[in-house]
Amino acid sequence: MPLAPPVTDLEQLKNHPAVARLLGWNPSAVQGAKFDREEMSLYVDRPFLREACMLLRDNPSCPFNFLSDVTCVDWYPSEPRFEVIYHLFSIPKKERVRLKVKLSGEAPAVESVTSVWPAANYFEREVFDLFGIRFTGHPYLRRILMPEDWEGYPLRKDYPVEGYR
Amino acid sequence: MAHLAPTPVLEPGQDRTMILNMGPQHPSTHGVLRLILEIDGETIVRIMPDIGYLHTGIEKTCEAKFYHQVVPLTDRIDYLCPLTNNLCYALAVEKLLGLEMPPKAQWLRVLMNELTRINSHLVWLGTHALDIGAMTVFLYCFREREDILRLFEAVSGQRMMTSYFRIGGVALEPPLGFFDRVRDFAKRFPACVDEYENLLTGNPIWVMRTKGVAKITAEDAIALGASGPTLRGSGVDVDLRRDMPYSGYENFKFKVPVSTDGDVFARYMCRVQELRESIAIVQQALDGMPEGPIKADAPKVVLPDREKMKTQMEALIYHFKIVTEGFTIPAGEVYQAVESPRGEMGYYIVSDGTAKPYRVHMRAACLANLQTLPTMCEGRLIADVVAAIGSIDIVLGEIDR
Repeated sequence: MPLAPPVTDLEQLKNHPAVARLLGWNPSAVQGAKFDREEMSLYVDRPFLREACMLLRDNPSCPFNFLSDVTCVDWYPSEPRFEVIYHLFSIPKKERVRLKVKLSGEAPAVESVTSVWPAANYFEREVFDLFGIRFTGHPYLRRILMPEDWEGYPLRKDYPVEGYR
Repeated sequence: MAHLAPTPVLEPGQDRTMILNMGPQHPSTHGVLRLILEIDGETIVRIMPDIGYLHTGIEKTCEAKFYHQVVPLTDRIDYLCPLTNNLCYALAVEKLLGLEMPPKAQWLRVLMNELTRINSHLVWLGTHALDIGAMTVFLYCFREREDILRLFEAVSGQRMMTSYFRIGGVALEPPLGFFDRVRDFAKRFPACVDEYENLLTGNPIWVMRTKGVAKITAEDAIALGASGPTLRGSGVDVDLRRDMPYSGYENFKFKVPVSTDGDVFARYMCRVQELRESIAIVQQALDGMPEGPIKADAPKVVLPDREKMKTQMEALIYHFKIVTEGFTIPAGEVYQAVESPRGEMGYYIVSDGTAKPYRVHMRAACLANLQTLPTMCEGRLIADVVAAIGSIDIVLGEIDR
């Protein structure tokens, strides 16, 4: 089964409930969308992230009430270097969507979504711990997996697999 | 309202209350979970889980491996359900590749996956009961678990770290007589579940220790990201096997047990009923097992048969190339979620077009489930913490990765 090429045209994708909701609210918040391998990804502009999450959670026709996951990808050495990725799931409608925020390599920070889904607490702490992304407004942003006094962020691409010796 | 403000640092010297350290070596924390409890007498005021003692950096290691070399690593994340991890990873890579599985591979996967669920739930039931003081159940559960481990050994050569599901199919054809052994197990297992239930479900001590203990509402459970029996025990009817079927689960008929009480007993009942449903799925998989190949027809991805390698030049070349160079995947990303015994297990894989994954992230069901612990326990007794930990069925290997 050959792979279908990804669809990136917003016009074709606006039937998806998440795309429709965000475009109806503020078209400038959506930087782009991609439908690839039957999964929808949405690029959200950084300042609008928390509000966009709030809207999607309370979307009456398809509430994305469950935060599956928050993670990050480091595209070192290109800029913007980091992509923070949110996987949302709608329990009533069984629909998934992926939100992405691009962050620069210099002091990467994004607003925390713990006020939208308390579930983001551990997920964001993990991303902070392993990538060094700051989540502003997070109530307790501390290292979670690595020791408290650890230096560096192990999952960044410029961190060697064997660690610093 | 959910536990919105995650517990702040506990300051010593506060009046009336005392800080108590529980774990990481405490036997009822199921591994190396450390809990910092602030207690007022026997009552929990605040509770803060401290994790990371088992962090091995598997996600980083994956980035340095070929795609097929990651499979054995996935076993070691959640060591009580290795095959579910294998399945999730294999499905994610197959989705990235656009590979279609032959029916027999899918059915074999469902069969083995449900046996894994039973295996995991048996360990949960035995240790959970042991924590609360019902020692006998442990021995009964491990008796049946031993049978399942023997089945795993027969099919994959390993009792626990099976690595049986590979990208593009399963590793080996099951040995002769394997299905008869599974059928025999499936026939006598429901009676074993009756035995466990006789020991626990109606037992007044068990009921007193579990009913109304560590309650969590459906809204809180959803907001805190709980999934699996922890969520279904609070009355939210969601099961990815039924709602977003993968690996041919749409061909199977099974009920999703839901309980509305949200306490330890409700989660116990969900899991015990899941044992019965799982064995029913195993039975269906045995009855309807299709004939045909066990691997997808994708010579660049799937290792060829040993027999073919001895007679066919191409097979030998493909084998050499897969082992030494791996295979490349067109750039892209997928998030594949499956219903593990503990909840939503997800693999997020990013490919940059090379032979090694650019990023592998595991969504650990236990990590999210653990966040419900403070909401469940605050205001209750220390002894209930032990019951609550058992009822959310954590595996620290998966939490810390």
